[in-house]
Amino acid sequence: MSRLPFPAALLFTVASFSVSFNASAAEISQGAMLSNSCAACHGTDGKSPGAIPKLHGKSAEFIENALMEFRSGERDSTVMQRHATGYSDEEITLIADYFAGLN
Amino acid sequence: MMNHINRRQFIQLVGGGSVLASSIGLVACSKQSTTSGRVVIIGGGFGGATCAKYLQRFDPDLDITLVEPKQNFVTCPFSNLVLGGLREMDSISHSYEAHSKRGIKVLHTSAREIDPTGKKVQLADGTTLEYDRLVVSPGIDFRWEDIENMSPGDAEKLPHAWNGGPQTVTLRRQLTAMPDGGTVIIAPPANPFRCPPGPYERASMIASYLKQNKPKSKVLILDAKTKFSKQPLFMQGWEALYGDMIEWVSGDAGGRITGVDIAGRALYNELGEEHAGSVVNLIPPQKAGKIAHAADLVDDTGWCPVNQRTFESSRHPDIHVIGDASLAGAMPKSGFAANNHGKVCAAAIVSALHNTTMPEPSYVNTCYSLVGPDYGISVAAVYRYSDEEGIYAVKEAGGVSPGDVGPDFREQEARYTRGWYASITSDTWG
Ligand SMILES: Cc1cc2nc3c(=O)[nH]c(=O)nc-3n(C[C@H](O)[C@H](O)[C@H](O)COP(=O)(O)OP(=O)(O)OC[C@H]3O[C@@H](n4cnc5c(N)ncnc54)[C@H](O)[C@@H]3O)c2cc1C
Ligand code: HEC
Repeated sequence: MSRLPFPAALLFTVASFSVSFNASAAEISQGAMLSNSCAACHGTDGKSPGAIPKLHGKSAEFIENALMEFRSGERDSTVMQRHATGYSDEEITLIADYFAGLN
Repeated sequence: MMNHINRRQFIQLVGGGSVLASSIGLVACSKQSTTSGRVVIIGGGFGGATCAKYLQRFDPDLDITLVEPKQNFVTCPFSNLVLGGLREMDSISHSYEAHSKRGIKVLHTSAREIDPTGKKVQLADGTTLEYDRLVVSPGIDFRWEDIENMSPGDAEKLPHAWNGGPQTVTLRRQLTAMPDGGTVIIAPPANPFRCPPGPYERASMIASYLKQNKPKSKVLILDAKTKFSKQPLFMQGWEALYGDMIEWVSGDAGGRITGVDIAGRALYNELGEEHAGSVVNLIPPQKAGKIAHAADLVDDTGWCPVNQRTFESSRHPDIHVIGDASLAGAMPKSGFAANNHGKVCAAAIVSALHNTTMPEPSYVNTCYSLVGPDYGISVAAVYRYSDEEGIYAVKEAGGVSPGDVGPDFREQEARYTRGWYASITSDTWG
C-alpha cells in the first residue's frame, strides 16, 4: 500500500466528497445475514404484511425464547421447528439482537 | 472529517477497492467519487429485484441499475391459484415503483449482450451500461428441441404457463371453456426444473376448480420422473379432497413424454402411446435464460456454475448469477431460493466493493403448496456453505409437513401460504 502515491491534496478533495459515505455500509454483520433470510416469511425487517407473525417491535428476549422453544419442540409450530433447528445458540442470540436493534 | 476516514475506506470510496491507481485518476472527473460502485442487474424477478433492493439497503451510495423489460412482473407463485379460480391476475402482479423510490434506476428494456472483459452490457434500446459488478438473474428458457414437434409458437394451443403472464391467462381460459367430463393433462419434465412441487400444486388447483364446476372431469399427470416433491403429502391430500380425480403416471410406467401432436391436442411417450386431452399442459424441460447462454455463463448442463458463497460466475469474474439460472448446490429452483440468493449475493458484492469481510452466508428455502383452498403443505430447509460441498442442507433442520395431522394443521399452513406470498412479494418488490 505504501508504494502508492497519495497526494495529500487529493485525499482532501475526496474527503470533502465523502459526506454521503456511509461507514455502516462497509461491514455487513453476521446477524443481518442470518436475519435477512427470515424476511421472505416475516417481511423485510420483520414487518410482515400478512398472516405470518411480525417480528418487528418484539424484544430480543421474546425472539430468543421463541426460537429456543421452537427448536426444542416445547412450543408448537407448523414450520418454525424445521427452521429453528438450523441455528446454534449463538446464532439465535445474533438474530434476536438484530431484530431488536431495528426497533 | 479526515480523521474519520481511514485508508481502506478511502480506497473503497474512490474505486470500489478494485484498481487503486486508475481510480485515483477518476476522482476529479467521474461521478464514481460519490458512489461506491456501479452495479447492473439483469432481470427483475425474484432474484434480481431482491438483489437490487438489498444492495441499496446495504449500501445506499451504490449506483444501481435494474434492467427488466416488464412494467409489471407477474409471479409464477400463486399463478396456480389463478388457474384454480382463487386469485385474479392483478393480485399476482407487482410493479417496480418501490425500487424507483429507493433511487434504483429501473430500465424497462432487455439486455442483449454482455462484454465481460470491457465490463459492459448492451441493451436492446441501444444504450450501453458499464458496471463494476453485474448480476444476472434471467430465470429459465425451454429446451424445445427435447420434445418432438413442439415449438415456442405453439403456446396458444399448448400453453406451458411456466413463466407467469399471458400463458397463465390462456390456460385458465382453456380450463373454463372445456366440457365437463374432459381430461386435463399435465406433463412435468425431469429434474432439475423450476419449482419441483409446482406441477403437483397445479394439478391440485385445477382439480379444485373442476370439482366445483366440472365434477366428471379428470386430471392426468404424465410425469418424466418416477417420484416427486412432497409426493406422500400430495397424494394424501388428493385422496382426501378429490377422490380419484387426479391420476399420476410415473416415468417408468409410460409417463415420460417425447413428443406432441399439436393439432390433436395429444402427447405421446417413448412407446408411441398417445394421450389426448381437452386441455394439455406440457411443461418443457428447461435451461438457464437466454442471456446466460449468449454471455457464455453456462456449462454443458445448460445452467450457470457459480462460487456458491458469492454467486460469482465460475466462468467470468465480476459477474454474479442467481436464481433459477444458477447451479446453487442443494437449493431447489424456487422463488424463495432466488430471493435468498439475491440477499447473499448483495452482501458478497457490497463486501467486495468495500474490501470488507463478507459474513458467512446462510440460506433458507421453503416451498409452500396449496393442495386445496384451505389445505397447505410445505417443505423447508436451512443451508450453509463449505468449500468441499458448496451449498448443503443442515441435517438437523428442515423436512416436510407432518403426515399424521388433522385438517386444522393443513388449514393453518394454507393461511401461512398466503402470508408467505404477501411477505415474499413485499420483500422482493416492496
Ligand atoms: C407454476 C409455478 C409455481 C411456482 N410456485 C412457487 C412457490 O410457491 N414458491 C416458490 O418459492 N417458487 C415458486 N415457483 C418458482 C419461481 O417462480 C422461480 O423459481 C423464480 O421466479 C426464480 O426467480 P429468478 O429471478 O431466477 O427468475 P424470474 O423470477 O423468472 O425472473 C427473471 C426475470 O428476468 C427477466 N429477463 C430475462 N432475460 C432478460 C434480459 N436479457 N434482460 C433483462 N431482463 C431479462 C425476465 O423478464 C424476468 O422478469 C413457481 C414456479 C411456477 C412455474
Ligand atoms: C417458511 C416461513 C418462515 C421462515 C423462513 C421463518 N419463519 Fe418464523 N414463523 C413462521 C410461522 C408460520 C410462524 C408461526 C408459528 C408456526 O406455525 O410455525 C412463525 C413464528 C415465529 C416466531 C414467533 C412469533 C410470535 O409472535 O409468536 C418467531 C420469533 C419467529 N418465527 C422467528 C423467525 C426467525 C428469526 C426466522 C429466521 C431465522 C424465521 N422465523 C423464519 C414462518 C417462518
